[in-house]
Amino acid sequence: MSIIEKGQVMTANRLRDGDAVFLTRSGEWSEKVDDAVLALEPLAVTALEARAAKDVEATLVTGQYLIKAERLDGKIRAIEMRERMRTTGPTVRLDLGKQADGTAGAFAAVEA
Amino acid sequence: MYRYDEFDHKFVAERTAQFRDQAARRLSGEITEDEFRPLRLMNGLYLQLHAYMLRVAIPYGTLSGKQMRQLAYIADKYDRGYGHFTTRQNIQYNWIKLEDTADILQALADVEMHAIQTSGNCIRNVTTDHWAGAAADELADPRPIAELIRQWSSLHPEFSFLPRKFKVAITGAPHDRAAVKVHDIGLRMHKNDAGAIGWEVMVGGGQGRTPMIAVTVRDFLPEKEVIPYLEAIMRVYNLFGRRDNKYKARIKILVHELGAEKFKSEVEAEYARHPAQSTEVDERELARISAYFKAPAYEKLSRFAPHFEEAKRANPEFARWAKNNLAAHLVDGYTIVNISLKPEGGIPGDATGEQMRVMSTLAELYSFDELRVSHAQNIVLAHVKLEDAFAVWEALVASDMAAANYGLIGDIIACPGLDYCALATARSIPVAQAISRKFANVATQEHYGAVKLNISGCINACGHHHVGHIGILGLDKKGEEFYQITLGGSSSENASIGTILGPGFAAHEVPDAIETILNTYVKLRTSGEEFLHTYRRLGPAPFKEALYAAA
Repeated sequence: MSIIEKGQVMTANRLRDGDAVFLTRSGEWSEKVDDAVLALEPLAVTALEARAAKDVEATLVTGQYLIKAERLDGKIRAIEMRERMRTTGPTVRLDLGKQADGTAGAFAAVEA
Repeated sequence: MYRYDEFDHKFVAERTAQFRDQAARRLSGEITEDEFRPLRLMNGLYLQLHAYMLRVAIPYGTLSGKQMRQLAYIADKYDRGYGHFTTRQNIQYNWIKLEDTADILQALADVEMHAIQTSGNCIRNVTTDHWAGAAADELADPRPIAELIRQWSSLHPEFSFLPRKFKVAITGAPHDRAAVKVHDIGLRMHKNDAGAIGWEVMVGGGQGRTPMIAVTVRDFLPEKEVIPYLEAIMRVYNLFGRRDNKYKARIKILVHELGAEKFKSEVEAEYARHPAQSTEVDERELARISAYFKAPAYEKLSRFAPHFEEAKRANPEFARWAKNNLAAHLVDGYTIVNISLKPEGGIPGDATGEQMRVMSTLAELYSFDELRVSHAQNIVLAHVKLEDAFAVWEALVASDMAAANYGLIGDIIACPGLDYCALATARSIPVAQAISRKFANVATQEHYGAVKLNISGCINACGHHHVGHIGILGLDKKGEEFYQITLGGSSSENASIGTILGPGFAAHEVPDAIETILNTYVKLRTSGEEFLHTYRRLGPAPFKEALYAAA
């Protein structure tokens, strides 16, 4: 049986267009939350913070912060509804945002 | 019609060039976000959940066909084909890119528009009655004074760094459609026995987490004193307003903490300090501005419009729309057309680029090239011949803008809520949609009569829930959305703040709760009594009982 892992994901908005992005294992910023690193222990969190601060400096992203998230079968789900919204798009316009662009988190949908 | 003068041209052109440079420096890393944020906010650019959001100013909600067409162009080219008309008579775009923003501001400047005064701790874009200059009950058009205040307050150096944002609303009619009593300053026009115009000055109203009704500090301020008197209020606020806590920084808190009498005496003392002020309203200047708002060249028409009457007889759908969405115009043979942006199950205030173009064309053809945005998130064609109303309606039907629910339960005010907004604690739009669907039948809506239902997705109250006859506030309780219902609010001349009825509801329970409230009202109302009056007569008890006793 799969187990749910709980941890934190680093997120920010991409500076040039404001899109919600998530920090990946290779240190890139992905539009898709499922690509994100889920930091499970303090050392990993610190590494994410350092990387994000560097990319803020490099003007790639802005407004970085950590969000609570959980992983099941390789898919990541933000715990807070506000953050789930950022990983999918507006629930009232399913034709817009990540859910329409194919970059929504697979296990992220907010109940309508 | 409001138009730029040479000052506006110059400063908007300068501002656009300045922003282009600021955005480029931000993108290249020359300036930090902390340095850039106040600059972008001064140009209406926010960062929201999915993208940047640009809020465009529509001074007192008035715009031309050409301007609306440009808003459509921006929606299609730079956004996702739509825009959201707001409770501040503005428009917001939800999917803006920083790298496009300077071009958008240029596109706005091309049609004499901008995004100045839509954010920041300055005197914000002035709002007014969306029927200004057209309403049958109006004493005089309030927009010349609104424009004067706009010119005075735009980039005013002394008032650009206030303790908090500052909103002014103005009405020239006894029936207040501009919600002046829930603004930082509300101005209401009166005429004295000699026929002279004066302004009632109200201060310290507001919504947000501490809703308050404004207090009157002057009953009848002579028109020429409006600007110097407003200056005195602003100075008292600038000096005494709290800057230590942003939740206590609005002028309403100052008025409340000092007490209305003490506040008033401070203002009067400040005002007396500057006799014969240079900012006294110059009659020639006011006449020049008033010419911008000259009444259109109305035709002399009969009050009776035979084709209009015939169309109503022949087409019950049109008759229903005409009954609900048209309002009395001050000139015989003309009417005010209220275009409801609240289709069944729709998103309140949203319009597509195509719909904006249709409205532009209708304004150009039938309403002296003039449109209004109302704070209830609808669009108004202010001066339409009754004989043209059917043609307007047919065009609206073809574009899904003919909802016949103006002023009824389906005409819901709702903020963007958690679907878009970074501040929201719960979603507003899905709740509005569910209520809209529940009461889709216009005959049912008519049965309930005039009811204002307003929804906010957080305590900041952009959806005006405090002053809805029925107000809904979306909150977060341990990760779940829940909704508090208030009753008895009003933003009219008899303004009041709604009372919380009891424990909140889950989203899916809200439409039934609203139905219970409305049915309770129907059961208890006297003949012809509107919802708000029944509530005021009986208080919350019967509604509470109906809502909670069964549970």
